[in-house]
Amino acid sequence: MMALATRIGAGLRLALTDVGAATRLFFSLLARSPKALARFVLVREQVYYLGNRSLSIIGVSGLFVGFVLALQGYYTLQRYGSSEAVGLLVALSLVRELGPVVTALLFAGRAGTSLTAEIGLMKAGEQLTAMEMMAVDPVQRVLAPRFWGGFIAMPLLAAVFSAVGIIGGWLVAVPLIGIDAGAFWSQMQGGVSVFADVGNGVIKSLVFGVTVTFVALLQGYTCSPTPEGVSAATTRTVVLSSLAVLGLDFMLTAMMFSI
Amino acid sequence: MQSSRHDAWVGLFVLIGGAALLFLALKAGNLLSLNFDATYQVSARFDNIGGLKPNAAVKSAGVVVGRVESISFDDKTFQAKVVINLQKATQFPKDSSAKILTSGLLGEQYIGLEPGAEEKNLASGDVIKQTQSAVVLENLIGQFINSKASDMGSANAPAAASGGKP
Repeated sequence: MMALATRIGAGLRLALTDVGAATRLFFSLLARSPKALARFVLVREQVYYLGNRSLSIIGVSGLFVGFVLALQGYYTLQRYGSSEAVGLLVALSLVRELGPVVTALLFAGRAGTSLTAEIGLMKAGEQLTAMEMMAVDPVQRVLAPRFWGGFIAMPLLAAVFSAVGIIGGWLVAVPLIGIDAGAFWSQMQGGVSVFADVGNGVIKSLVFGVTVTFVALLQGYTCSPTPEGVSAATTRTVVLSSLAVLGLDFMLTAMMFSI
Repeated sequence: MQSSRHDAWVGLFVLIGGAALLFLALKAGNLLSLNFDATYQVSARFDNIGGLKPNAAVKSAGVVVGRVESISFDDKTFQAKVVINLQKATQFPKDSSAKILTSGLLGEQYIGLEPGAEEKNLASGDVIKQTQSAVVLENLIGQFINSKASDMGSANAPAAASGGKP
């Protein structure tokens, strides 16, 4: 009984320490951001690695998600004789939910893991320590540009995902199934509002960008500097950021779209 | 300013992202129909608005001529007050009537505007006098049951008098 209480207490203290360290890192990241943003070339480099390199997987996934949404939506909607609404269904589901969420999950797998592995290996190779020895702040030089790169890349990727998905939905609905193109677009335009739906989707993707990038950086920065440590940290990045994205998505949706 | 060899590609990426956002706003959303045309405001009182929502369409002869601006409850008359923005380009006679209609069986509700015959036109701040409420399914069923019951009552009055049992 005593041992159990001790274990719970120790676990709680460890968890609290982790949360504290994460918060400290987050604020030191923010505090060093102005200086990091002043050397914007580093951020641009990261936008290239995190954004451009993810474009292909995001585009292809978006296209297929759009295909599937249109097919499944048509199957259900045609029972009620309102198959033209498939455009609205595809657009609303992509813009409000699937665009930001699926992009964030793919981003965690594609870009988050590479961030964690890169920083973890830098730590294992004692490059971060070497930087500190040369009076270069690793948070400012290594972490902050990556953080802002992810922050910039993520909403753009989510927008690309939604747009490509809508085009994919159009490809299935109009040329393949034969729904009237005018009804497809007019139903969509009648139901999607720019600020309530598109705008909130962008806000969501910004929040997810911060979450995924920060979790990846934190795991890389705090991993134990061994091959096992780096591999465990990479796994944790995917698990934690996916869970965080899904949980945050529920909270954001409840706040934004509750009427 | 330092430059890197990936700058052109980053620029392209940002352009693609911007184009995607623009596509979402213009083609999927209704940024263009968020018309910034001049409108004038009229109001109408309904006994029951059913499921009418703000931003619902106002149609005349099936053409969208305006949008519902706001809906509120008036506790003096116990009616719903609906404020409508009509496009400046469309003018309606003062005695036009407004109905709450439904597009399709399960569709969205909208306001149908039927033009009257008066010479003068509706101006900003006017009130549409003649209104027809939304059809509420429960009321319809209630009326139907009432009329059925009264039919039955007149057909076999003794049966109804003995508690409805034959």
